[in-house]
Amino acid sequence: MSALHFHFEIDGMDFSSAGDASVAVKKKLRQLGFPSDVIRRCSIAMYEGEINMVIHADGGTADVMVYPDKVVMVLEDHGPGIPDVELAMKEGYSTSTEQIRNMGFGAGMGLPNMKRYTDSLEIETQVGVGTKLTMVVSV
Amino acid sequence: MAEFQHSVSLDAQKCIGCTSCLRQCPTEAIRVRDGHAVIRSELCIDCGRCVRVCQHKAKRAVFDSLSDIDPKYKWRIALPAPALYGQFDELADIGELLQGLLELGFDDVYEVARSAEIISECTRRYMRKPNILKPVISSACPAIVRLIRIRFPELCDHVLPILPPVEYASRAAKASALQKYPTLMPEEICTVFISPCPAKTSYAKNGLSQTKSSIDYVISISDVYKQLSGKFGKGREFTMRSKAGIAGVKWASSGGEVEGLYLDRYLAADDMDNAIQVLDAIENGKLPALEFVELNACPGGCVGGAATVENPYIARSRLLSFRRGLPNYRNYLHLEDKEPDYIPPDAMVDNPIKDYVPPERFSEDRFEAMRMMAQMDEIYERLPQIDCGSCGAPTCRTFAEDVVKGECRMEDCIVLLKRHLQAQKEGAEK
Ligand SMILES: Nc1ncnc2c1ncn2[C@@H]1O[C@H](COP(=O)(O)OP(=O)(O)OP(=O)(O)O)[C@@H](O)[C@H]1O
Ligand code: SF4
Ligand SMILES: [Mg+2]
Repeated sequence: MSALHFHFEIDGMDFSSAGDASVAVKKKLRQLGFPSDVIRRCSIAMYEGEINMVIHADGGTADVMVYPDKVVMVLEDHGPGIPDVELAMKEGYSTSTEQIRNMGFGAGMGLPNMKRYTDSLEIETQVGVGTKLTMVVSV
Repeated sequence: MAEFQHSVSLDAQKCIGCTSCLRQCPTEAIRVRDGHAVIRSELCIDCGRCVRVCQHKAKRAVFDSLSDIDPKYKWRIALPAPALYGQFDELADIGELLQGLLELGFDDVYEVARSAEIISECTRRYMRKPNILKPVISSACPAIVRLIRIRFPELCDHVLPILPPVEYASRAAKASALQKYPTLMPEEICTVFISPCPAKTSYAKNGLSQTKSSIDYVISISDVYKQLSGKFGKGREFTMRSKAGIAGVKWASSGGEVEGLYLDRYLAADDMDNAIQVLDAIENGKLPALEFVELNACPGGCVGGAATVENPYIARSRLLSFRRGLPNYRNYLHLEDKEPDYIPPDAMVDNPIKDYVPPERFSEDRFEAMRMMAQMDEIYERLPQIDCGSCGAPTCRTFAEDVVKGECRMEDCIVLLKRHLQAQKEGAEK
């Protein structure tokens, strides 16, 4: 069976709607009857990715492909890219500004959590070009 | 489990099929069909928001009335919610109100605020336990508890496994009556909760999970208000005295519960939209630093309940004025010799809240559900996407769902129909 495909535009200027795509995906997965732990893992991974695009990359797009046995999330932006992926994956590593930290982000836990809650996380990134994350959560 | 009994119902005669309640429903449980609103039982959380927004008074919260009380009960105990105290303008002392309740025909009064103090004490003890899931979410508002079960099942384990104050009050009231009047039989005693909302009625009818409630009747604050308003403040004698402290009375408004916990990192949110946003944030792991979250479905907390009379802010201000003369706590468990995290077993919820049936699920078969969703997206693309509500669904998206589920047809979209007719007309003219 072919996948269901959902597409979201993530607005880089709009902090208040950051997280909306994650909420929308959560609702779809509930309607499809996915187990609640799968829903939760997707929702957390999606949320962190979404926020990263808003904070670090001026927005981007999210494409979610739902298969009967897995959910694939692809987040793509044309932001600054990540110079050192290994470093960015470290818990606590963050380049967030003071201002962002004051908003409650920037603990450097986003990427590590995305890794923890998904079955696979792939990062393709190029400085000055952008970043593409592919995450898979299997049932 | 037996069918869930709701306490929000519709008076079809009064309902004119307008759409004011449609979009207000936090779980999208309402549709207009054949000119009348219909509530979907499996999604309704009895929050009473539709009761509040209906200008035609067609949505009703179902309550018992005093005359419903079975004569077999020889000892009727009123359990006034603390929100009741804020309803009367002329009231100078809570005791006068409690006396008023006796004059309505109750044999005794047991204030829910007293039990709220006990529940605060138990919660403080619970918060000391190691390995509890945080943030802990309050269990006091039944609309929130049901919302969590329906929409945030993963958070069920965060819900405080301690009885809501009204349940504790009902049990304590019965126990103390039996002790005081040894000739009474348990089956001769009933408790009557004076409630700010339909959600609590549902709670009393359905209990929590498998735990049956000991509350026998629920009457509304507005009903009691009608019978008692104008009776106070005329220099009447009264002998009843409130036995609650500030901490218990505070529970009537949002933030009152968390204040009694003496925590550093907490949050209190009221009104359904705020509560949903907070729950989404907790589910995304975004509030890990919080210890406790108090959520109330109604604006301002229970003083804003759908069965209250007074504006919640006015009611709250009156509560503040009573509070001035009161000590903080007057009800204690006296557990000094116990471990700091000991909680009396009778204050705990017997069965933790966990039985997840996703009511939003399209089909039990995931392939079928996926097929339906694909079809739904296709239909949605063809719709005007203006969420006008004239089809009877709150949004174009829910309409698309309803079409796929076979509950309505494309032609029910009036906007689309008009476009078709227009196109036909233009075609004919050419
Ligand atoms: N889409 C992106 N584009 C550019 N840089 C990124 C992107 N996502 C992450 N980064 C970089 O990787 C670092 C670590 O990301 P991570 O999500 O783990 O932490 P954070 O966003 O800084 O803080 P938190 O997610 O805890 O709020 C970021 O500080 C940022 O420098
Ligand atoms: S906030 Fe209070 S009044 Fe409103 S539904 Fe919840 S318990 Fe009832
Ligand atoms: Mg991040």
